[in-house]
Amino acid sequence: MYLPRGSVYAGAVVSNWCHKMRPSFARTSLKKNQIQTAGFWVIRFIALVTVLPILGMVGYIIAKGTPSFSWEFLTQVPSDGMRSGGILPAIIGTIYLTIGTAIFSVPLGVAAGVYISEYAKDNILTRLIRIAIISLAGVPSVVYGLFGLGLFVLFFQFGTSILAASLTLSIMTLPVIISTTEESLRSVPARFRIVGRSLGATQWQTIWRIILPQALPGIVTGIILGLERAAGETAPIMFTGAAFFLPHLPSSVFSATMALPYHIFVISTQIPGMPVEIQYGTVLVLLIYVLGMNVIATFIRNNARRKRQW
Amino acid sequence: MKSKSEHIISRSIMIAGMSSILFILLIFLFLLKEGTPALMEVPLGDLFSTRWYPIENYFGILPLIGGSLLVTFFSILIALPLGVCTAVYIAEIAPPAIKQVLKPIIEILAGIPSVVLGFIGILVLAPFLRNILNLPTGLTAFTGALLLAFISIPTIVSIAEDALYAVPQSYREAAIALGATQWETIWGVTLPAARTGVLTAVMLGIGRSLGETMAVMMVTGNAPVMPNKIMSFFLPIRTMTATIASEMGEVATSSTHYHVLFFIGIILFFLSLIINVSASWISLRRRSREQLVS
Amino acid sequence: MNQKALIIQNLRVQYQDGLESLRGINLEVEPNAITVFFGPAGGGKSTLLRTINRLVDLEDPKQLEGSILFHGKNILDSKVDVIDLRRKIGVVFSRPIPLPLTIYQNVSFGLEVAGEKNQQKIDQQVEKALRQSTLWEEVYDRLQDPASRLSGGQQQRLCLARVLALEPEIIMLDEPTSALDPVSTAKIEGFLQRAKEEYTIILVPHNVSQAARMADFAAFFLQGELIEYGVGKDFFIKPKDKRTQDYVEGRFG
Repeated sequence: MYLPRGSVYAGAVVSNWCHKMRPSFARTSLKKNQIQTAGFWVIRFIALVTVLPILGMVGYIIAKGTPSFSWEFLTQVPSDGMRSGGILPAIIGTIYLTIGTAIFSVPLGVAAGVYISEYAKDNILTRLIRIAIISLAGVPSVVYGLFGLGLFVLFFQFGTSILAASLTLSIMTLPVIISTTEESLRSVPARFRIVGRSLGATQWQTIWRIILPQALPGIVTGIILGLERAAGETAPIMFTGAAFFLPHLPSSVFSATMALPYHIFVISTQIPGMPVEIQYGTVLVLLIYVLGMNVIATFIRNNARRKRQW
Repeated sequence: MKSKSEHIISRSIMIAGMSSILFILLIFLFLLKEGTPALMEVPLGDLFSTRWYPIENYFGILPLIGGSLLVTFFSILIALPLGVCTAVYIAEIAPPAIKQVLKPIIEILAGIPSVVLGFIGILVLAPFLRNILNLPTGLTAFTGALLLAFISIPTIVSIAEDALYAVPQSYREAAIALGATQWETIWGVTLPAARTGVLTAVMLGIGRSLGETMAVMMVTGNAPVMPNKIMSFFLPIRTMTATIASEMGEVATSSTHYHVLFFIGIILFFLSLIINVSASWISLRRRSREQLVS
Repeated sequence: MNQKALIIQNLRVQYQDGLESLRGINLEVEPNAITVFFGPAGGGKSTLLRTINRLVDLEDPKQLEGSILFHGKNILDSKVDVIDLRRKIGVVFSRPIPLPLTIYQNVSFGLEVAGEKNQQKIDQQVEKALRQSTLWEEVYDRLQDPASRLSGGQQQRLCLARVLALEPEIIMLDEPTSALDPVSTAKIEGFLQRAKEEYTIILVPHNVSQAARMADFAAFFLQGELIEYGVGKDFFIKPKDKRTQDYVEGRFG
């Protein structure tokens, strides 16, 4: 009879445990069930404690932010030292930064993901690349800010600019896009590659015509999640492109810009007399921006799963 | 035989693949370039002293390191049980309907920008704690640890959850067949079987906490003092990340202060590097060992 | 003296892990006939097929020696255009593997990657290939449907049509009917009997009876070696080698 290896291990552990616990068989059963019921309730409680604050926080922000949420708020520039008016430049700035990040990180990241999944052989170079990606993923956001300051703002002399900030954010977003691209490509069955090649297609033709289209939903999901994180980050843009007092829209990629995360930081810590409604309203806008992207990504992912042809 | 355009394409793809090595090296080199002068400009004894007061040229970074470690340690103390238990709940106990609600909520938390969490921290959590615990201010290491815990919980939950799913169903079935309750199975069999994954989750959570900037900057107060008393936990403190973020805007380029901030960046870089690389090394080793066993 | 379709000389193939090798195969494949490669699993038949159209390159073999002459040229030579080779020598696999595209796109795939731009010509080739594989009647009105919607037998005939669209010289089939019901199997076997007038067929059969039904010529492989080769009918009635006889009679498998 087939006995899976795990069951032998499990059996040893469990019988050990049971042996320790019993005086009499029936009494043990009842006690074990009581322990289980109590334990389950503790776990449920802990899960609740974890989850309720999240809901509470989001709900609170929605409640306190909606009053100032109006068309004017979204489309007008601020006035009175940022204490009234709208937050248009911050919204536009965040959009610019998101686009800028996408421009640099998407082509590079997807191509790198294609390389690792489809072209790279199993050698030291590939292992180094993997270590590099893991390392990039682990660098703290404020260190990216330092790096961006040193390299793009000062060394390349881009100054505090959308360009510098976007480049900094792109490198930060790269690991996410590379990893999701690799994962999505790997999930496409190998047999499609073999068939493609057997019909006279080159490796790139096979990737371009068969594999990549199938992996696209996963890749797009990864891109959106990466950009979502970039849009919400403050530290990388603080010294590389974000500015607070810029009541007008940025004029070129070399100008600094307002951005929602940085704006929130400043108005909640450094501006006396800042109306609370505006603070909550701004936070609500950022939350909608970021979580909206999350919703889109989830939608794409679920939709693709349904329509999969394998 | 490749055509010319195919050749160009595969070359470009290869260059893209190697770009990550280029970038990590660039980051490393730049940090080194701007940070090592600090070792020259500030005597080592002063650099590793306990007084951080840049205006008067006191560059002791120990309070900052202490602050980071304190806040991170306690945030993991909170996040570990919360995260692991939630992961256990989702993976082993929760009915599918609840699972479908719970997972998106955790994902929402993962998506909330840290500045938003810091915002709530300042405006809601800190006053609340100040009142409840009768403290002089609500901006303390404790507040920071609390926020950091919630920031690292999504990481811990999702990785631990994956690790639990990866445990073969045959383990659980065998335990139940031998008379264990589900509760005993979880703690006696499933969780131990998933322990490398859970360890990876915790390490990555630590890395996340250590590297977090905005939330801690906004709620831990602004006191670069050495956390050497129990009470320090309920008093303001400063982390390495917060120091860089709050002071970088005001330093003159290439001043000593500037170099020291970069030096702190080097420390952060290496700490996070070690944590993340060892975390993935552990999980890779586990995966190859599992392949040998099965 | 008719030209042989393929002349295999001293072929040795070994994978990186030492698995399933071919040890010195010498074989000539007759044109416009069905040559059957049969034998127990692990004999090297699939490897031989993969080597003939250089698909084995994808698996990075440790050793690839000897020669396979196709139109007088050794196709194992590194300067050979393998892309073009694979168009001339097509393969159908044991499980139907439709590409995740429409029925039409599956068949037109080979033509499009070959650079064929004339849409009319592609349409014609697609229809011709689908008719040849007896699939046309069943799909002509839904060519834009996803290929995954077809039944197993239909999918396998689609895979056949894919290869036919490229107008190959040699068609190799690796246990093409092993996943199919008897009706689909009969359709494909029927196609092969008709097709040998135009093409050279190499067939790895699903079982010995299929081998006996289909073979004009037969080659018996055992553990990487070619044990015996001969004309079809005689081969299965009176094989020369005892090992062949044992396998044909079902004493091992």
